[in-house]
Amino acid sequence: MRNVLTIAGRELRSIFVSPIAYVVMTGFLLLGGWFFFNLLARFNLLVSMYSSFQGGAEAMQRLNVNEFVLAPLFHNLSVVLVILVPMITMRGFAEEKRAGTYELLLTSPVATWEIVLGKFVGMIAFITVMIGLTSIYGLILWAYGNPEVGIMLSGYAGLLLLAITFVTIGLFASSLTENQIIAAVTGLVMLLLLFVIAWPADSAGKTIGDVLRYVSVTEHFADLVKGVIDSKSLVYFATMIAGWLFLTQRSVESIRWR
Amino acid sequence: MIEVHELTKRYGDREAVKGISFSAARGQVLGFLGPNGAGKTTTMRMLTGFLPPSSGTARIAGFDIFTQSHEVRRRIGYLPENPPLYPDMTVRAYLTFVAKLKGVERGRVKSACEAAIERTGLGDVSGRLLAHLSKGYKQRAGLAQALIHEPEVLVLDEPTIGLDPRQIIEIRQLIKGLVSGDRTVILSTHILPEVAQVCDKVVIINSGRIACEDSIENLTRDATLEEVFLRHISADAAAEERAAHALAEAEARV
Repeated sequence: MRNVLTIAGRELRSIFVSPIAYVVMTGFLLLGGWFFFNLLARFNLLVSMYSSFQGGAEAMQRLNVNEFVLAPLFHNLSVVLVILVPMITMRGFAEEKRAGTYELLLTSPVATWEIVLGKFVGMIAFITVMIGLTSIYGLILWAYGNPEVGIMLSGYAGLLLLAITFVTIGLFASSLTENQIIAAVTGLVMLLLLFVIAWPADSAGKTIGDVLRYVSVTEHFADLVKGVIDSKSLVYFATMIAGWLFLTQRSVESIRWR
Repeated sequence: MIEVHELTKRYGDREAVKGISFSAARGQVLGFLGPNGAGKTTTMRMLTGFLPPSSGTARIAGFDIFTQSHEVRRRIGYLPENPPLYPDMTVRAYLTFVAKLKGVERGRVKSACEAAIERTGLGDVSGRLLAHLSKGYKQRAGLAQALIHEPEVLVLDEPTIGLDPRQIIEIRQLIKGLVSGDRTVILSTHILPEVAQVCDKVVIINSGRIACEDSIENLTRDATLEEVFLRHISADAAAEERAAHALAEAEARV
């Protein structure tokens, strides 16, 4: 455990001293702020339109900030994460291989799973900080409106689980190469594929359709954003995270038996 | 301390290291000589547990490098050809990280770092980023990293390559200072005076095979090290040597 924390600490530190972290974080918050502003402006417009109708009061009952502001905000942010997470994870192993520090790690008395977990923990710490900063949007809604806090928290949990899953996939991509660009592109393509893999689900027949829908990350994420905490989704995220970490560990270990 | 037996490494069809055997006793400094591409780095990577051997074994401090890799890695300090430095860290932060990674006890991390900084003469630059150090100081940081956990065995892969003459002398002095006592050292190089000055024993490797293993006194008794080296790395000599070896073995069996 000490080794995991040692490696995680170095990873987090190296993320924060590199400009990449600040560029990614600024980009994420800039886009997030833009989404939030526009969604809120649209919500305001709808409210003022409905309130000017006759009998609009009834329709206004159906407007709520969870559904009209937070849900689309989370969905937009999830797309941004597809693009930005590989920019954080691409360095993971690729940079160590290029710089020669990979030899230091692998010839130290630490297990490969400790190396993989250490990098994983360091990166999700960064991602958590980044997503945590967007909680300002939730606080604004909570201060000036009346969102359902439960649904909001479930949405944040969904976003975080999604990001953690993305990190494991990005790390796996990084473990395959010593070229950061290749790691980033591989990670990005894998994440996009995971996003759209359910597209043929409706025309693919019942069984295959169900499988595709279960494999796709979007369905489970959408449930959590809606406030539906289904054990099926939680099992899905747990399986994905553990599975990709396992594959990354095998990939790093492969140098020992290749 | 180090016993290498029939160690082989294949990359696909190509055999980089072809069944080499040699040994080094506790406290000995072994010069590992050979032309570029002879298999020195591959051998060292196998001994340090970075690469697995294709066949053959080696024992370090009594532990098998493959089945007891973890124990071996605890007892070995390794300076690869390119010092494994994180450019975005300061010297002290880097050494603290390595000390923890190498399993130095929590309470002794700080003193281990200070000792390593002291011994490698990094005191003046301990607060500077590794990226900003000169090549000589980077090499020192690499050495400090290798000995921070006081390993029984030190593996140094071409520690003076790419340095200017003054830096070469400094690093060589440093290495001489490190080899006192019980520590066993494998020093790979193709700079011959270095071997003559620092080592007790010489192993010459050529195209993946051991061409010669002997003490430095025996080798330099009636020839200079240069002559010995050149004699052993020429292909004819290697073939002769192998033939003689095979003959001796056959005789021994009879």
